[in-house]
Amino acid sequence: MSNTTVNKKTPAAYNYVDSRVGFSAALKRNMRKVFPDHWSFMLGEIALYSFLILLLTGTFLTLWYKPSMTEVIYNGSYIPLKGIPMSEAYASTLEISFDVRGGMLLRQIHHWAALFFIAAMVVHLLRVFFTGAYRKPREFNWLLGIALLTLGLLAGFSGYSLPDDLLSGVGLKIASGIIQALPVVGTWALYFLFGGEFPGTEVISRLYSIHILLLPGAILALVTAHLLLVWTQKHTQYPGPGRTEKNVVGYPLLPVYTAKAGGFFFIVFGVTTLLGALVTINPIWLYGPYTPDQVTAGSQPDWYIGFLEGSLRVMPAIEFNIFNTWTFSPNVLIPALILPGLMFALMGAYPFLESWITGDKREHNLLDRPRNAPTRTALGTMSLSFYILLWIGGGNDIIATTFNLSINAITWFMRVALIAVPPLVFIATRRICLGLQRNDLDKLLHGKETGRILRLPEGGFVEVHEPVSEAELPKLLARETYPVWELPQKVDANGIKTPKYRRQLMKAKLSAWWTKGDLPIPTMKEIQSGQHHAHEALEQAHEFGVEPGKEEIVTSTNH
Amino acid sequence: MTNKFDINNTFDPDNENQAPKVSKEVATKLPTPAKGVDHYLRRTDTDPKAAKRAERQVAAFFGASSLFTLIFVVSFFAIPRETKIAVSLIGVTSAQNIVLGTSFGLAILFIGIGAIHWAKKLMPDVEMVQERKEMKPADEVQQEALDAFRVGATESGVGQRKLIRRSLLGALALFPLPFVVMLRDLGPAPKGELRKTAWQEDLHIVTDITYEKIRPEDIPVGNLISAMPENILEIQEEEGNLNERGKSAILLVRMRPEDIKSQQGPDWDYQGIVAYSKICTHVGCPIALYEQRTHHLLCPCHQSTFDLADSGQPIFGPAARRLPQLAITVDEEGYLVARQGFQEPIGPSFWERGA
Ligand code: HEM
Ligand code: FES
Repeated sequence: MSNTTVNKKTPAAYNYVDSRVGFSAALKRNMRKVFPDHWSFMLGEIALYSFLILLLTGTFLTLWYKPSMTEVIYNGSYIPLKGIPMSEAYASTLEISFDVRGGMLLRQIHHWAALFFIAAMVVHLLRVFFTGAYRKPREFNWLLGIALLTLGLLAGFSGYSLPDDLLSGVGLKIASGIIQALPVVGTWALYFLFGGEFPGTEVISRLYSIHILLLPGAILALVTAHLLLVWTQKHTQYPGPGRTEKNVVGYPLLPVYTAKAGGFFFIVFGVTTLLGALVTINPIWLYGPYTPDQVTAGSQPDWYIGFLEGSLRVMPAIEFNIFNTWTFSPNVLIPALILPGLMFALMGAYPFLESWITGDKREHNLLDRPRNAPTRTALGTMSLSFYILLWIGGGNDIIATTFNLSINAITWFMRVALIAVPPLVFIATRRICLGLQRNDLDKLLHGKETGRILRLPEGGFVEVHEPVSEAELPKLLARETYPVWELPQKVDANGIKTPKYRRQLMKAKLSAWWTKGDLPIPTMKEIQSGQHHAHEALEQAHEFGVEPGKEEIVTSTNH
Repeated sequence: MTNKFDINNTFDPDNENQAPKVSKEVATKLPTPAKGVDHYLRRTDTDPKAAKRAERQVAAFFGASSLFTLIFVVSFFAIPRETKIAVSLIGVTSAQNIVLGTSFGLAILFIGIGAIHWAKKLMPDVEMVQERKEMKPADEVQQEALDAFRVGATESGVGQRKLIRRSLLGALALFPLPFVVMLRDLGPAPKGELRKTAWQEDLHIVTDITYEKIRPEDIPVGNLISAMPENILEIQEEEGNLNERGKSAILLVRMRPEDIKSQQGPDWDYQGIVAYSKICTHVGCPIALYEQRTHHLLCPCHQSTFDLADSGQPIFGPAARRLPQLAITVDEEGYLVARQGFQEPIGPSFWERGA
């Protein structure tokens, strides 16, 4: 390779800086650092790049945007709103859209990048979950990721509110209603955030400092920590030829990874910019300025708020009146705060729960294929189906008008579905995973089906199998199972109570549930003989003079 | 040893206290090509012509990028802001936005395409392998680190000198307090404002667009009007915010008197005209969708449905409480007025709201 063309002379500038900073050792270690390559590893990159685009375009937006709720009379170049009273925030967003050259583009890139940022984080999270990449030593990065997703949602919501248009204002009103419903402190919290009653004159400038300083700063810090950990821990890889738990196979940072990842940044940026040019997003000029007595019908929040919207919509009207003095509102608190809180807490706790159940405390650098962890995969699809149902519930009015159905019927359907569908998804997923595992096992023990049936001269039929290829073998061999914890005895032989009996019992039961239906792991001997047989069968076929594809003896079956 | 700064500080091989010149750091091996991985030669690896062609392609992508950047700069100044163009699928939009965005987008995109094409066609595509170390450092290293910490901690005396430790912890725990205290002035103390609206006896009901007084005859049966108290603009002016607008907004609906099943007070309607708060009791959206036939009012936010013929009771959706009703009548000139203020807090629930 071309890594022989090394200039022996130290360039003076390099020497100048290195003598003062001393980075040669770090450079030496990292310039050729290996990064594994897979399309699913680009999801995190998309999130990172979208964030950089947000920083860049957001900084430009701050040059013209005015975070003020002072009332002004619009006099810009968007004719339909001329002469209408509105907040300075809304007026300046109109100015960015219609009077600043390239301003509309910047706004739209910023908004598209925000949508991509959160979408990429979510899909990235799913990839990490379904491949078990959060296992030791990467639990902290899982937690950092969940924190980033939370901050991203807040950043999105706070930014969305800044233009102070009718649509986002209604979203803010809903947020204020949720805050107000908090037990004991609700009214105070509302007054503190809004500087008094809703909408007041403070909230936009407060959201502004949160949106452009606090949240981006926090996100930047956490992203940095996230990437530092990826760097020191080295990226995980899928099982494949030459790949082990103890190595990393891929392309060196310089040149291939730099060119690909750097190039990919420009691709993401380019696509976002083209979308900003060609596809209108958030046309705030059509919604009009915010006023608390108006609403736009059939309006939808940005996609990432949809699940909350859905949970608010499907929640039954439960409210309590305590001693005729206090009002307690589960109809608001459960869907808006408790449910999302629980979802995020469960996500955060998951890696620790799993390793407690399996007892697995080893380092994992090879990723799992989702089928090889059926319970995990099923839990994942189950949770995903719950999330998607909530999300669909957030569009029940759209569904109702599009398909001419009754909103009440849809809402009732969603209420039932939210309880009934996820368990079904769990069961189905686990079945599918185990089926796929069985296929894999068959390949190991009997070779690969070729889809060709051989009629033997004596009259019988056999299907021709061929040995598994070198490239596929490591994938098939990557499955492991976990031993089931023994059920603990309440008291041991000496009549002494087992310490932590209940906890041990739970763990034993959970581990039986976790590994339920797991197929046995074949021994190396079984595999070798299986592959050997497949090999022989293939040779036998050749001996009979059967060339695969010959019509009269070989028929092809479609699987 | 001297404390004096030694300008001729040169390396002395016999001085043990001096930092070694050669880094002790274990050299990590450079990665090597991975074994057992299939590798196929590309056209560009074997055919110098193909390589040359790929080189030209990459350069063409980068060249195209520069071209589009120039197009952006020129059109920024050349295309007037008001020019509109019709684009299929998109409709009539600002020519400037389309041209600026497209040229900028392509300028960026082509850099990416060029770089990736370069990597794929011309850079070595042999997979490399590098060893990993377990994240946990060797036990001795851990011990050394802990020892260093313990020595430092012991020297500080933080373990033995309880007085210092406790007073320090106390000071550190307290010092953020000013920050918390200063947050107090984020907002005023609530004084029951959430219970009050501008409505009171004899206040005229005006439309929320023209602010004209309303006569019962102005509202045909089945119609719905959004309305405000007559002094809403003055209040807005005085308070310098829109808070009252968000609380005093009401809906007037006229139905046949015999259709009214119940009301929140005796004869709170006026000849079949009922007035209800416009603010949803769920989380406070203004309500807008009225169905004449059923007298149902639907909140567009989460579809809570209220029956205006039946005291504004919620009949579906997440809202748990009825919409407060405003008792109305007419003044001597025949204009609609409020008979009194709202008898219960309007809008979403709050803790101290009570029954
Ligand atoms: C951290 C991730 C961020 C997200 C998810 C995000 C999201 C958003 C969204 C959805 C909007 C509404 C855009 C619209 O349609 O008008 C917005 C507006 C805005 N953002 Fe961000 N943003 C982020 C970071 C930033 C940063 C770092 C800055 C500045 C340094 C910034 C400055 C602004 C400004 C000034 C506006 C209001 C102007 C306008 O709406 O046109 N944003 N943001
Ligand atoms: S605000 Fe009316 S239903 Fe939620």
